[in-house]
Amino acid sequence: MNLNSIETDKARIVTVGVDRIDAAVAIRFKEQMRRETAAGPDRIILDLSKVDFIDSSGLGAIVASMKQLEAHRRLDLAGLRPMVSKVFRLTRMDTVFRLYASIDDAMAAPAG
Amino acid sequence: MNGAAPSQPRPTAPVMRDSFSVTFLASETEARERVCAVAQRLRRAGIATERAGEIELTLAEAVNNVVEHAYAGAAPGPVRLCCDLDGRRLGVRICDLGLALPEGRPPRGKAADLSCPRADLPEGGFGWFLIRAFASSVRYDRCRGRNVLALRFDL
Repeated sequence: MNLNSIETDKARIVTVGVDRIDAAVAIRFKEQMRRETAAGPDRIILDLSKVDFIDSSGLGAIVASMKQLEAHRRLDLAGLRPMVSKVFRLTRMDTVFRLYASIDDAMAAPAG
Repeated sequence: MNGAAPSQPRPTAPVMRDSFSVTFLASETEARERVCAVAQRLRRAGIATERAGEIELTLAEAVNNVVEHAYAGAAPGPVRLCCDLDGRRLGVRICDLGLALPEGRPPRGKAADLSCPRADLPEGGFGWFLIRAFASSVRYDRCRGRNVLALRFDL
């Protein structure tokens, strides 16, 4: 599982470097997200701009990645491609996460 | 002999037709590879990118159910995907020799309840919801130790 993160003073940006988050990688994704988000800013932005396919296991792994954060920390999602965005909208997970068109949009969004 | 000019055949898009099947051992990595390849073949046959993406996701969910549930606790068994593309309709039959679906029928796939504290949000149970969202019809048969899930996709 290829995840990379950088930290700004406001957020940690975790970039997914693969084009699929599916059942074959869901557990590894969740575990690696735990490591990437173990410490650092309260806000984490997951950059999904390279991901063009997500299934229910991948969706579950992103939800799990949020749930394993301390209660005061937050996971936002950026750069959702059409099929990924569709899965979030259909399952109404777009009401659980804040979704941004791009990392720039996410960084420009007001805090809170 | 009437005087009308012979009607010219109207140009139409070629009718999409293809029929093929693939058989593989039910594992997560095989499932990914084979479903990807099926989706690619369907795109090449002329199915629009967006619909092909929905079909790919639906097949991925159905095959992952076989991997995770039908062959749960057993060595991976065979899965067979039979695709029949005929014009405006695609039929896919997914067959396996694993455990029957609980209650002998496919789950209704209700939308998950998200009106709960963050710690209680569901991490699974979206699969059947997505299958039912994208497939135009779903039929399940259990016959002599074999599961047959027949999905139809209007195109």
